Amino acid sequence: MASLVGSRVERKEDKKLLTGRGKYTADVTFAHQTYAYFVRSPHARAQLKNVDISKAEKASGVVAVLTGKDIANDKIGGLIAGWRIKSEDGSDMKVPAHPPLANESVNYVGDHVAVVIAESLDEARNAAELVKVDYKILKAVVKTDKAMDSESIYKDIPKNLCFDWLLGDRAKTQEAFDKADKIIKIDLINNRLIPNAMEPRAANADYNPSTEEITLYTTSQNPHLARIIISAFNGVAPENKLRVIAPDVGGGFGSKIYPYAEEVVCSWASKKIERPVKWVADRTESFLSDCHGRDHVTHAELAVKNDGTFLGFKNETIANLGAYASVFGTVTPTYLFGPCATGVYKMPAAYSNVKAVFTNTAPVDAYRGAGRPEATYTIETLVEKAARELGMDPAEIRMKNFPTEFPFQQTLVHSVDSGDYNAGLKKAMEVGDYKGFEARKKESESKGKLRGVGFCSYFEACGIAPSAVVMSLGCGIGLWESAEVRFNPTGNVTVFTGSHSHGQGHDTTFAQIAADRLGVPLENIEISHGDTDKGPFGYGTYGSRSLTVGGTAIVKACDKIVAKGKKVAAKMLEVNESDVEFKDGEFIVAKSNQKKTIGEVAFACYLPGTYGEVKSPLPEGEEPGLKETSFFDPGNFSFPAGSHICEVEVDPDTGNTEVVKYTAVDDFGTIINPLIVEGQVHGGLAQGIGQALYENCHYDDTGQLVTASYMDYTMPRADNFPEFNLGFTCTPATSNPLGTKGCGEAGAIAAPPAVMNAVMNAVGTEVSMPATAEKVWKACQKMNKSNSKAA
Amino acid sequence: MKKVNLEVNGKKISKEVADHTVLSVFLREVLNLTGTHVGCDTSQCGACVVHVDGKSIKSCTALAADLDGSKVTTIEGLVKNGKMHPMQEAFKKEHGLQCGFCTPGMVMSAIDLLNHKKNPSDKEIRDWLEGNICRCTGYQNIVAAVKEAATKM
Repeated sequence: MASLVGSRVERKEDKKLLTGRGKYTADVTFAHQTYAYFVRSPHARAQLKNVDISKAEKASGVVAVLTGKDIANDKIGGLIAGWRIKSEDGSDMKVPAHPPLANESVNYVGDHVAVVIAESLDEARNAAELVKVDYKILKAVVKTDKAMDSESIYKDIPKNLCFDWLLGDRAKTQEAFDKADKIIKIDLINNRLIPNAMEPRAANADYNPSTEEITLYTTSQNPHLARIIISAFNGVAPENKLRVIAPDVGGGFGSKIYPYAEEVVCSWASKKIERPVKWVADRTESFLSDCHGRDHVTHAELAVKNDGTFLGFKNETIANLGAYASVFGTVTPTYLFGPCATGVYKMPAAYSNVKAVFTNTAPVDAYRGAGRPEATYTIETLVEKAARELGMDPAEIRMKNFPTEFPFQQTLVHSVDSGDYNAGLKKAMEVGDYKGFEARKKESESKGKLRGVGFCSYFEACGIAPSAVVMSLGCGIGLWESAEVRFNPTGNVTVFTGSHSHGQGHDTTFAQIAADRLGVPLENIEISHGDTDKGPFGYGTYGSRSLTVGGTAIVKACDKIVAKGKKVAAKMLEVNESDVEFKDGEFIVAKSNQKKTIGEVAFACYLPGTYGEVKSPLPEGEEPGLKETSFFDPGNFSFPAGSHICEVEVDPDTGNTEVVKYTAVDDFGTIINPLIVEGQVHGGLAQGIGQALYENCHYDDTGQLVTASYMDYTMPRADNFPEFNLGFTCTPATSNPLGTKGCGEAGAIAAPPAVMNAVMNAVGTEVSMPATAEKVWKACQKMNKSNSKAA
Repeated sequence: MKKVNLEVNGKKISKEVADHTVLSVFLREVLNLTGTHVGCDTSQCGACVVHVDGKSIKSCTALAADLDGSKVTTIEGLVKNGKMHPMQEAFKKEHGLQCGFCTPGMVMSAIDLLNHKKNPSDKEIRDWLEGNICRCTGYQNIVAAVKEAATKM
């Protein structure tokens, strides 16, 4: 049987999605459905003086109007920060209370004030207009770099400072800097982004008064986490009385990892009114209330010798958390960011200091890459600047500082198990025809265009994560993953995974793994995920973890199946277990060529006895059935890495900047399905290029979100991209039996610095992200002026 | 309220609709054709594209009451005799979809392109699909799928 691992298998999940038979949360409607509409704050910061619902309650079709007072009276808990960070001085982070419906104050435009539940959405929306809220408007804190100098939003959080965190050694780093020939410095803004999964968030909670159970359909990357938070922290229902189903989910990119206020409120309200409550965000609500991403202001320095050797790295960042500490909001700018600060290089000394601040903006949390894009943008911009200042080729300075021995213990945190960074960069230069750049540049110049080339070599810590490590760093949960492999009596297989697919193609990739391990045809394997009542508890999908952690759990569960199968086959064949080998779905006795298929063995496991022709005794002590579970906790992170080279063409007369050539060479370890992996790279690149050239979340000085629709927030479109050139190298991961490293975030991590380094190279001066036509045109004008002065 | 007579995916439909009911809501909530998705409220994302009298339109911007006598085809109407449309097949073959949310609109829009132009260039495909936002694929495999479908249609 040919191995399916490594094959370009077309996706099993595609047919339903292509024929309109996908089932997303908004597609679920229950009998006696009610519809929720949220009254949201139009102000960035205000005290809630009074919420008058008397008119709204009497409006046509209204079933209930609920406010923060109701939620407090029912003792429903607040939303939580899932990761506890300590400041450099040892003190705990400071976080404000975050009630699902505001009680005393509202803290960003879009914050939840009340919910109107009605027989129809139109009626709920109309009645919401009748809720009269008396706000005492306060001055909003908006800008990341001004937050610490502004009035405190919360009285017990001075300077709006959540924590002041340090990783690394300041004194040792200073020693390294004292020995440097040159110190390269940069100031950067990592622009704030809005994730924009195409499916708006939605929830539909259905309380069953008979069983006292709530079934919550929700747009989640992580239904098990939603269940435990809504149970244990919000206290809406005990875990065994709450079933969370994340059916087809239309993209997440980090923004759907954790439950939001709406899921809590719909679940609670459904129990209260004993009817199903459905909420579907419109796009503006998504812009206002989905967690945003990035938003760092950074100063960084690199100490170098004249020959290009790196000696040390300093990073000082202010990270915007928004109005509240979201579930992974505090880990994103710390443990997902700091450890990756020194990039792929040997860096004898380093530190990274992050001050996380609250502002009157939507909460900021993980967005594709989460911390690693911010780290990579910083180091890769510095490295390219160092190459310029030292007169070195950008590839040469990188290769000079790459580690060549693995495992490679980085200065800050990670022990990188495997990699070959030189091979990746060399291959990127070949695939991208770096040698031909000068000729292409001349050709662009002949058309009146400026052409630039930019590099990025990156690594990322993925396969999140070893539980002992993350818990010691403040994570409130373990991050292992579960799998259950269930042979049905007729020989087909259902695999339950605790991870969740919302575009990543798990139904196919995971089936490929199980098919190879068990020797069962792909079409006889069903992957089940997204329903807390079906499979075991798990931790969902983010941080490029599903295959590396969840896939390994499947491998381990399959191995247990085979181990039991061997015992049963030996008994059936009346031989010793040690004489039985398993290959391609058959248990074989080599010396006699007797065999039993895994299907026969599975059937025997379910019918332990004799019935006519069927004689299938189980070995003594073996329980009937063939179902195995595994909980895999990785020993280390995985470390994908690669080198990307971008070429841009700038029209100096308009500032219009186009990516004209993009080469990505990535090392994801073993690749199970190249078709899917390439798609993941394409998508990541589009988001990374989007950050560099197009996307920007903008709040005005009063805290109004200016970019709250697709008319104002520039989503990348089909005509914004060239065809990407991809290449791969492979050093298998040693921390999991599949050898996989993760591929979902690479593009979003590597592309921003590659693009921005190319823009810098084309224009000759620094431009901030996003490099819009206006900014680039101004930069071109500035260069023209300085060039004519020089002449 | 107005009575409208429509042919949807080959079936004759006669329904009373409110004046302000847009086609996307009519399809999803009245006819339970939930394959047509709604991804925005400014007619930008294109997830809701369907065919009305053979032409692609954004169903969030058409009033159902205005479409009396029209023929509407949605993503559910493309499968014939249990076989997917060549465009659907091509999206599968080329991995032109990931989360699937934009996909119905993307497929309907792409079919209309090929109805207009048999063998479009990459640039023509990208320009045509400018009104359909996909957040997952980076569009590359969508372009490949449209080119693949062009050889079959």
